Amino acid sequence: MDVIWAQSSAVTAREVGRLIAERDLAPTTVMTVLDRLTRKGFLKRTRDGRAWRYEPAESRDGYVAELMLEALDLTGDRSAALTRFAQAVSGPEAEILRRALTELEDE
Amino acid sequence: MITAAAMASLALVCAVGAWRLARARWTYRAPHVAIVLWQALGVTWGLAGTGALLAYALEPYGRGVLYGLHAFAVSAVEGGYGTPEPYDLPRIFALIAGLTTLSVLVVVLLTAGAQTLRARRRHRTLLALVAREDPEVPGVRVVDHPAAAAYCVPGLRSQVVVSKGTLQLLSSAELTAVLAHEAAHVRERHDLVLLPFAALRRALPWSRTVEDAQREVGLLVEMAADDVARRYCSPRRLATALLRFGAAGAIPTPHGALGAATPASAVMARVERLITPGPLLPGPVRYGIVAFSLTLTASAPLLWVMPH
Repeated sequence: MDVIWAQSSAVTAREVGRLIAERDLAPTTVMTVLDRLTRKGFLKRTRDGRAWRYEPAESRDGYVAELMLEALDLTGDRSAALTRFAQAVSGPEAEILRRALTELEDE
Repeated sequence: MITAAAMASLALVCAVGAWRLARARWTYRAPHVAIVLWQALGVTWGLAGTGALLAYALEPYGRGVLYGLHAFAVSAVEGGYGTPEPYDLPRIFALIAGLTTLSVLVVVLLTAGAQTLRARRRHRTLLALVAREDPEVPGVRVVDHPAAAAYCVPGLRSQVVVSKGTLQLLSSAELTAVLAHEAAHVRERHDLVLLPFAALRRALPWSRTVEDAQREVGLLVEMAADDVARRYCSPRRLATALLRFGAAGAIPTPHGALGAATPASAVMARVERLITPGPLLPGPVRYGIVAFSLTLTASAPLLWVMPH
């Protein structure tokens, strides 16, 4: 996925294979992985002659943002999918915590 | 009639108990015990509430709820000649209400479970794509994002995740404390404790008691994890980590108001018991509560199978 994100345009399976040549993967392995990522909706592909050209469905930052949205419980559905350490509080409430923190550090 | 009345009062006792327990403060002195009690109250409330309706409805069969349901199913298939006395209207209403409530509870629980699993699978795939390993924190996935987040994705192979913002925010001692806290969540499968309450919340979104219950159980689970973590790290560092986290505040939220912020009081309650731990609840009291919870949990199923 990182390899494809690094490219500016859509790539074929053969090109991906060449870009990760040091991993020494069989061309079929590369194609299987690309195919699976496509089926999961992470890649989009277009016909180019006899080969498929793959490009990311969304930017890396988009996925990071989606992860964090859930991680910080900002999706609003209060799901029990993750257990979080603590949640941030806002405005005047955060001030209470900040004061408590300075007190603790001064002791 | 006695079974129905017994279960109705049991359900009522559970509802009042939950209402009282949400306001109790002794729970902070023994979070693990309180969690057990909460679970017992939840299960018993559901089983006794539906059981009371069904026991009343199926009384003509004279065989208790579970066997009565079976007899009802048999007679429904065979054309309804199984009852010694004909149904009257209230019983039919009770039967419909009981069966509906029961199936709603079961369906909601199953849906919540399935949704949670799906959300986790998606989250795991995303992590596999964008998270990285960090030599500074082995075994932990790191996401490159400036906001502070630390959490675990529970499951058979649980993953602990921290954001880059967290690594910058906390000292290494504080980070150890946070990771010990998350490891406790993983080990004690706190997600399974929270799941039924989250599901119940979805089933009864207007109920204040359910809302309080979910919030309270969520807080108790955190306290339980704090208690485990303090064995492996300095409680003071865990407390400062908590405060730093809470005060880190300013997260760029795309949907502004959606970020339901937890009140500072919840964070402060956790900090206070880390810095000045209150006396533990005396042993006999703790065992008493656990024994009471077990009896309570056993009572509803017993009433279900008991013939009239």
